[in-house]
Amino acid sequence: MSAAPDHTPTMAALGLAEKLGRAMPLLLVPLLILIGIPAVGNTSSWLTLTVSGLAMGMMIFIMASGLTLVFGLMDVINFGHGAFISVGAFVGISTLAALGSWSGAPSLVLNLAAVLAAAIAAMAVTGALGWGFERVIVKPVYGAHLKQILVTVGGLIVIEQLIAVIWGPEEIFLTRPESLKGAITFAGAALEKYRLLAVGVGLVLFVAMRLVFRRTKIGLIVRAGVENGEMVEALGYRLRRVFIGTFIAGSALAGLGGVMWGLYEEVITAGMGEEMMILVFIVVIIGGLGSVEGAFIGALLVGLLQNYVAYVEPKAALVSNIGLMTAILMWRPQGMMPVVKAK
Amino acid sequence: MSEPLLRLEGVETDIGRYHILHGVDLTVPTGAVTMLLGRNGVGKTTTLRSIMGHWPTKAGRIVLDWQDIAAWPTPDRARAGIGYVPENMGIFTDLTVEENMVLAAASGPLDPARLETIFEAFPPLRTFWRNEAGNLSGGQKQMLSIARAMAERRRLYLIDEPTKGLAPAIVATMASALKRLKADGATILMVEQNFAVAKALGDHAAVMDDGRVAWTGSMAELAGDADLQQRLMGLSMEVP
Repeated sequence: MSAAPDHTPTMAALGLAEKLGRAMPLLLVPLLILIGIPAVGNTSSWLTLTVSGLAMGMMIFIMASGLTLVFGLMDVINFGHGAFISVGAFVGISTLAALGSWSGAPSLVLNLAAVLAAAIAAMAVTGALGWGFERVIVKPVYGAHLKQILVTVGGLIVIEQLIAVIWGPEEIFLTRPESLKGAITFAGAALEKYRLLAVGVGLVLFVAMRLVFRRTKIGLIVRAGVENGEMVEALGYRLRRVFIGTFIAGSALAGLGGVMWGLYEEVITAGMGEEMMILVFIVVIIGGLGSVEGAFIGALLVGLLQNYVAYVEPKAALVSNIGLMTAILMWRPQGMMPVVKAK
Repeated sequence: MSEPLLRLEGVETDIGRYHILHGVDLTVPTGAVTMLLGRNGVGKTTTLRSIMGHWPTKAGRIVLDWQDIAAWPTPDRARAGIGYVPENMGIFTDLTVEENMVLAAASGPLDPARLETIFEAFPPLRTFWRNEAGNLSGGQKQMLSIARAMAERRRLYLIDEPTKGLAPAIVATMASALKRLKADGATILMVEQNFAVAKALGDHAAVMDDGRVAWTGSMAELAGDADLQQRLMGLSMEVP
């Protein structure tokens, strides 16, 4: 028994305002969807736009999740991330073309199998490419942001040119597998089948990631590493290996995002990844560097807002996301759910 | 004196352009508490960080049980059995208390008996087991930081100012937990500015000045010699 006086601690309950403040980022998505109803003014169009926005958001999230973790874990700014999106799209679409009899058949199972095969091929190639990229390009510039920007932009350009060498400089148009063409009608709104699939895939991936981060030791190591890598190493974990694993997984997810985006737009170009990177960076920044949850919410906001604004005021669509970023950074300069503390 | 578990020989460490450690020689005997003392800025924390591998050493040897670990990466040093409580506590604030502890047991699942001992020493950790560690008070965070070091059996504990900035009641809790750890036969190298705590816990003392160990001896000898304290550390306070 120590001589210390009895110490019976309690944790003060949070006040309503504080609770609301914490939950605010989570509420923003439903809030934006609700605001969309009067803004769009027409329920069936609103429903179509909402599904479209969610689908777009999910795809951006898939591309952004790896980038935010790579930054959080090792403080690495990887502009080359866009290259994995493009490569994933080209590998995936080529696989789909090679499986033309599957994707052209009027069978949902065969169609989905073709898309799955395309996704796996894209992820395998971009994962391997990510591994090489990390070793050759990123590893020598740890801790030097300016060099990271220069050298990863260089890597991006080289990979884009290699795509042009292998697949030719022209854009490639494609058609989705038979069962994913067209739309279903729900409550008077036309909902494209492919967009519904994209929403489903995004949700499954997000839930799976959350489970990994909450329930597995490797997930704990990643979360702790984003916050304080030095301490994670002092507990006996090799952060570098975890980082390489995260880099590979993040690259593979970018590849998956690339295939999905290619099927969404029905056209792929070598520069598509680079174009997507603008949205991906916005999402990573407003979500809070290193935060997968933040990137998820940020991506949905970006997707929804872009779709609503493009319908209501097409000319404003181009600036809507920059506007969103400005507003969120004025409200929370560190992003909505910052994990990376000042180092 | 028993065999030293840890021995530093001529350790030199630079931080950026600054030459901080100018050849530290230090011996940490097995099964005893060695206090690393000295004024602010003389290199105590840098010494612990050098042992842990957070700062690369420029010269010298860090010998843990006859193995020179000076070039080992930090995770290997931790796996060799060093438990580290850094000055800033190094709590993962976004993780729960439980998750912090699960991570601290790097070689396997948490041992329930060991956990029970930790809960006895630090009851708030049981109370807030599933709370985010970021919501803990300063004292509770320090408890968690020490508890993490105790999550597995370690051969050596490096503890950096465990009572810094804490209320007297919490300092007493901390001291009694560390006493229990000592009674279990742990080998501890500890930086401590609170001289009363240092006196109560320490077996040996090493006083640093300007990046070197300037004096070594028994804690009792240092505690009993006010002139020596004044000369080494500029301590003028009366020790109760």
